[in-house]
Amino acid sequence: MADGMLPGLVKGLATTARSLTRHTHTAEYPDVSPALPPRSRGVIALTEENCTSCMLCARECPDWCIYIDSHKEELPPTTPGGRARQRNVLDRFAIDFSLCMYCGICIEVCPFDALHWSPEFEYAELDIRDLLHEKDRLGAWMATVPAPPALDPGSADPAEVTAAAKPPRGSAGVAGAAGGTRGAGAAARPARVRREATSATAVPAPEAEQTRVMPAAAGRTASQPAAEQSALLPPADGAQAEEAADQASAQGDSTQVLPTVSTDEERE
Amino acid sequence: MSDLSPWLEVVLRAVAVLAAFLVLPLLVGQTEHKVMAHMQGRLGPMYAGGFHGWAQLVADGVKFVQKEDITPARADRWVFRLAPFVALIPYLVALAVIPLSPRVVGADVDASVVLVLAVIGVGIIGTLMAGWASANKYSLLGAMRAAAQLVSYELPMVLAVASVALAAGTLSLVGIAEAWNPWWLVWQLPGAVVFLVAALAELQRPPFDMPLADSEIVFGAFTEYTGLRFAFFLLAEYAGIVVMSLLFAVLYLGGWSGPLEEWLGWLWTLLKGFLVAVVVIWLRVSWPRMREDQLQRLAWMWLVPMALFQLALTAVGVVVHP
Repeated sequence: MADGMLPGLVKGLATTARSLTRHTHTAEYPDVSPALPPRSRGVIALTEENCTSCMLCARECPDWCIYIDSHKEELPPTTPGGRARQRNVLDRFAIDFSLCMYCGICIEVCPFDALHWSPEFEYAELDIRDLLHEKDRLGAWMATVPAPPALDPGSADPAEVTAAAKPPRGSAGVAGAAGGTRGAGAAARPARVRREATSATAVPAPEAEQTRVMPAAAGRTASQPAAEQSALLPPADGAQAEEAADQASAQGDSTQVLPTVSTDEERE
Repeated sequence: MSDLSPWLEVVLRAVAVLAAFLVLPLLVGQTEHKVMAHMQGRLGPMYAGGFHGWAQLVADGVKFVQKEDITPARADRWVFRLAPFVALIPYLVALAVIPLSPRVVGADVDASVVLVLAVIGVGIIGTLMAGWASANKYSLLGAMRAAAQLVSYELPMVLAVASVALAAGTLSLVGIAEAWNPWWLVWQLPGAVVFLVAALAELQRPPFDMPLADSEIVFGAFTEYTGLRFAFFLLAEYAGIVVMSLLFAVLYLGGWSGPLEEWLGWLWTLLKGFLVAVVVIWLRVSWPRMREDQLQRLAWMWLVPMALFQLALTAVGVVVHP
């Protein structure tokens, strides 16, 4: 017999005997549900109230598996002599999971947090055509969406917290309407929490960051955080900014429209 | 049993042997399912029968019965259909004469060692018939390999058993087991190793499963078989493990010798045989298949000389210390 054959045979026996005494690796899936990692991409869930039918998701989808139908609805003016407004009403929102490749781009681009990853994965069908799921099914999956992971210590406040702390702009009616829509969205998911800061020095970091990014805002005063916030984040609230601008032009208050300009004036 | 009428006694003994023949291979098969699975980090069958898949082989049997029994158009019909029984029945005969204890034995024959060895060799004829009659080149190749393997490994096996018979001074299995004493574990060790290796080869179990070698010749002589006839070949393999394991226990491990052997002797034989069967399974899980030339080389260059050496050692022992 060749050299090393006998040790090899004994080693083989030892290996199998050792595995016999250890735990098996079998995942007993239907009996024991698997422990999925955080941010598992199981299925895409929809919060219908948050959707504005902006079509960003449908346009960015690489394999065009999102179908959106909507119509415009005219809202009567809220104040006498005001203008009637139009609003998109979602008629159909469907994702064809036989085409979806789970890239998550639709979730990334959604400006209103209407789409979320759910870890739910047991939705196999016998017919591939049954994988086209409409908004009621997508909405039912929202219940399985986990709370977002906690923010890092020392990070900036979550956007929804900042927005909620913002004092109302313009008249109370507009702010109330804006708060109403936001409230509906926030109610669909639990708010994020921030982890406790590990050291006291970590707390001022976001302030310094903002100063570096926006030098024009260096001379701001503590009395105007809300105005600055709106200048920093205009695209997130496009519709509201427009409404605010309308309101401001009606009242002739320039500081509401151009907060950074007013800051500069004050500094000088 | 002596007070019963001779005909009733014959029927009772035949039924008992048949029951053992149907139950013990299933036990070994289930053990193989589970032991192999756990050695590979798996669980094995878990559903059939409820508790850890204990009824898996029963379910398999039901499945085999339901399958269509196909005979290839160009097959040698009668030989093809007869082959599974020729492979299976020798092991039934062998099981009948292997004693579990001096009193628990299907048929107490004087030269039972000779009978067992002769009958086990017949089983290979079934494989040969199957390979020839299938009209399939893979089947024929497999049958030829099986025949070559039988010729090579029968010799060391017979020599090893001859050594034990010489040491005991009898050709009766009961007599050999009675003559056994613990010193044989050392004295007959080379012969025991030769017997175990040769038994594996006779059973065509891995690492000696060249005649089946599914990656080379599909499934050897059994390629064309379906349904119940295929199940008979499988049953023959596991019945073979039972026969060889019990034979090893009786020849080399003292059979029923152990505590309370008056009453529990049969249990000791069964337990020892079961341990040998587990070793057979263990070897299958651990070692890869040998090549045809390696297989022949092992038989002629190692096992035959070892068996001859054992025979000489036994002869010296018998002469010096009668």
